[in-house]
Amino acid sequence: MKDPFINRKYIIMALMLVACLVLIVRLFVIQIVKDTYRLSADNNVLRYVTQYPARGLIFDRSGELIVSNMAAYDIMVIPAQTSGIDTAEFCSLLGITTDMFKRQMRSAVNYSRRAPSVFLKQISDETYARLQEKMFLYTGFYVQPRTLRKYTRPVAAHILGYVSEVDESLIRKNPYYKPGDYIGKSGIEEAYEKEIRGRKGVKIYMVDVFSRIKGSYAEGAMDTVAVQGSDIVSSIDLDLQEYGELLMKNKRGSIVAIEPGTGEVLSLVSAPGYDPGLLVGRVRSENFATLQSDTAILPLFNRALMASYPPGSTFKPINGLIGLQEGVISEDTKFGCDFGYLFVGCHGHASPLDLAGAVANSCNSYFCQTYRRVLENRKYGSVSEAYIEWKRYLNEFGFGSKLGTDFVNELAGFVPSTSYYDRYHGKNKWKALTVISMAIGQGEIGTTPLQMANMTAAIANRGYFYTPHIVRGIGKENVIDPRFTVKHTIDIDSANFEKIIVGMEGAVNGAPGGTAGIARIRDIIVCGKTGTAQNPHGKDHSVFIAFAPKDNPRIAIAVYVENAGFGSTYAAPVASLMIEKYLRDTISNKVMEKRILDLNLEDNIIESETQH
Amino acid sequence: MKRSINIWLSLDKITILLYLLLVVMGWLNIYAAVYNEEHSRILDLSQRYGKQFIWIIAAIITGIFALIIDNRFYFFFSWFIYGSLMLLLVLVLLFGNEINGARSWFEFSWFSLQPSEFAKFGTAIALAGYLNSRRHDLTRWSVLLPASAIILFPALLTALQPDMGSTIVFLSLFLVLFREGMSPYVFVSGLLAVILFFLTLIINNFYLSAGITVIAVLVVWFATRKWKIALAGSGIFIVNAAILYVIDHYLLKKLDNELIILIALLISGVLFAWDIYSKKAMAVLVVYLFLIGSLIFVNSVDYAFNELLPNHQRDRINILLGIKSDPKGTGYNVNQSIISIGSGGFAGKGYLQGTQTKFKFVPKQSSDFIFCTIGEEMGVSRVTGSNSNIPVFVFTADNSG
Repeated sequence: MKDPFINRKYIIMALMLVACLVLIVRLFVIQIVKDTYRLSADNNVLRYVTQYPARGLIFDRSGELIVSNMAAYDIMVIPAQTSGIDTAEFCSLLGITTDMFKRQMRSAVNYSRRAPSVFLKQISDETYARLQEKMFLYTGFYVQPRTLRKYTRPVAAHILGYVSEVDESLIRKNPYYKPGDYIGKSGIEEAYEKEIRGRKGVKIYMVDVFSRIKGSYAEGAMDTVAVQGSDIVSSIDLDLQEYGELLMKNKRGSIVAIEPGTGEVLSLVSAPGYDPGLLVGRVRSENFATLQSDTAILPLFNRALMASYPPGSTFKPINGLIGLQEGVISEDTKFGCDFGYLFVGCHGHASPLDLAGAVANSCNSYFCQTYRRVLENRKYGSVSEAYIEWKRYLNEFGFGSKLGTDFVNELAGFVPSTSYYDRYHGKNKWKALTVISMAIGQGEIGTTPLQMANMTAAIANRGYFYTPHIVRGIGKENVIDPRFTVKHTIDIDSANFEKIIVGMEGAVNGAPGGTAGIARIRDIIVCGKTGTAQNPHGKDHSVFIAFAPKDNPRIAIAVYVENAGFGSTYAAPVASLMIEKYLRDTISNKVMEKRILDLNLEDNIIESETQH
Repeated sequence: MKRSINIWLSLDKITILLYLLLVVMGWLNIYAAVYNEEHSRILDLSQRYGKQFIWIIAAIITGIFALIIDNRFYFFFSWFIYGSLMLLLVLVLLFGNEINGARSWFEFSWFSLQPSEFAKFGTAIALAGYLNSRRHDLTRWSVLLPASAIILFPALLTALQPDMGSTIVFLSLFLVLFREGMSPYVFVSGLLAVILFFLTLIINNFYLSAGITVIAVLVVWFATRKWKIALAGSGIFIVNAAILYVIDHYLLKKLDNELIILIALLISGVLFAWDIYSKKAMAVLVVYLFLIGSLIFVNSVDYAFNELLPNHQRDRINILLGIKSDPKGTGYNVNQSIISIGSGGFAGKGYLQGTQTKFKFVPKQSSDFIFCTIGEEMGVSRVTGSNSNIPVFVFTADNSG
């Protein structure tokens, strides 16, 4: 039987072929030409879970633990993956309101729908335990373990700094940090952030459509391991630090103690301070705001590094040293003093005095005349030239510029340049007498307690110092930055230092008219110098610098007690107690200790502040 | 047609073999689609693939029975079977359960039934029965119209569910009508309508209209081999169109460009009418009518789509055609399945290695979206290789006819 339409089967076949061809071409396009689909599939299925290393521990110089870690759990959310969640149950598990839930979700969505955001920070261990079993119900949410700081004693907040969450501008600047990450702020935590944070790792998991983890991707071949942060050995003596903070309670001011032989900072107190534990965990931001808004006492302000005071009489040893080195005076040079020199007054003491006596008695007249000789030295063509030379010595001691310590917010202080005076008085229009107040550490000059402690260390070393630093070892190799092993030698003969030190010894140890007898310690020769930093806002600041023992000194210290009056009144006893505590670990003069501990200068301050 | 006693000899063994091959491939892909390590045995009856195995066995047994039963049985009962299944299709529209927006299932307490699947079989039998009794008469409208009705009735009912997949299956039976003598004009018209429908939605209508016109001119030139006709026709059309455009641009200001093309063509047709009639240029007339028909169709589809269709349905079609995207909502299934297929690449991720499938990003991956699993795990090379037996299947089917 003949089929008249037999040829039509080829048309049908051709149609089939065309249809198949269309499918294959389409398949080819989406499977091979475009790779966006492959990437989408990977994004669907791969979850990058950051492995947070624990921050390094911090120890004191004797190996005692200061800062350690504790676990905390953040709830993270990937908004694009959330669906069908029993919000009410979830909120009650976490103990939050549904409003809070909505707020947090909105801010997460604003950041990114696909990238994880922190939903709820640092939930408690109990909440975490309760949540863990039910976590799979809440697709798009997961728990991110983190570590928080834990402090063994509520001290040394200014030294250690704190850890806080990174902000948006920082994330833009430094791509290492992601939202919810933590970063060290101020103190050791900031200065050594790179070493102490370690390195984040990432584990790549495969997840299903409910974002349940289904195993590790490529058997973990693409994972990177988190590297633990390096431990830090600080140079502080924790007992000394605690004692210093105790002594400074109810007072304002600072203590900086340095080991002269190494430049290691033994203790750095800024009062009033705060408990470092306040800036940890969920309470952090609230407490931080409270501390920051406390403008009356500025607890976050590190006076030891950032407060600039005129050094007062504690500056006299430097001018003595420069005078000796420049040859304008000798240890036997005597100047008379009749309650002052020209317009600079002085207190009553024996007269005339030699150099050691002038240091011990803190004679203004003596150092004004010395300073005048330094600036009017014929060796230099003009006062300006001589001043430049004088300023060079000061810079060698570390004044007028940042010391380059491992503290992050150190102040440079101020030593005026000749151009500063030129601006005020005209070029070559100013004379030694114009700037004579610098002879006794008053006037334009500004120094920080840290710089004064460093100067004291340089005197104790008879002419050199190491840049002060707070960390004596990083990690297992116990290395430190090489800049802390560079010896800075001052261009003044060590013999000249001995002549000044005799005076400083006398000031404490019974020279006639010595100003700092109160700082004396039995069987330890303390060399010190009192000072009074003028305070235009109220009672003057009491300042004292000292080192001990006289030979092979082990501690150099600068103490500032604000609004306390003369140096010998409060700063000297505090320094003395600190020195004895460090060298002997016991206090012999319990009466003096009690007087200092009971002293409350806050009333003084309030009084003086209402005055101006 | 006398039935052979020896069934085995009369069997189309190649077709059956290809069929079984496809069945096994399907089974393995279902296994891959719902694979999980706890139930890794392919015969595990608690899983989809275990159940599928039972269905395969049941189907083979049913097939054997179907072969053994005398074919006169089917011819005799074809109308009864067709009639009752059409009744079911009507009933499912009234009483069926709505699942995923389609009313295509009866759900009873212990089993569920999708009548459209059986209706496909019933329609095939009814069509075969009808054509068998009046062989080779499809050239006549009196035969073609009832035959078309047999197909269009279930196609319409399934379109109402809506279950477009089944509708297309029913409509594909027109291939059989064409094969058995249906007028090529009807067939081409239908085919053209389908193609133009989608092109209208995808391509800017002005370009589409212009493109169709150009193709029509080319067809005339190829058919008549007289470039004068093609050229003269185009010339007249262009002049007409230009005049219309100028008039519209300065006076009317409301005609769309595609409408200008249509009107210009109609005017050109009137001018050419006597020429065509006198020269008996049938081919030109046919092309012209197809051209006019196409353009009217395009414009009305466009109007219907943009003005008559409810928003959500328009969205759904737009997403299907890739004009709009909504990867989280309506487009989720489509988007995720394209991602699955797209991530397969040339060689695929390997059997049972598809991450999209394994982690259930694709919905209904053991049934409607089974191809995602195939595409993702096998890649373009092996999909092409394995799919090539589908056209072979069709070729051999016709040979045995």
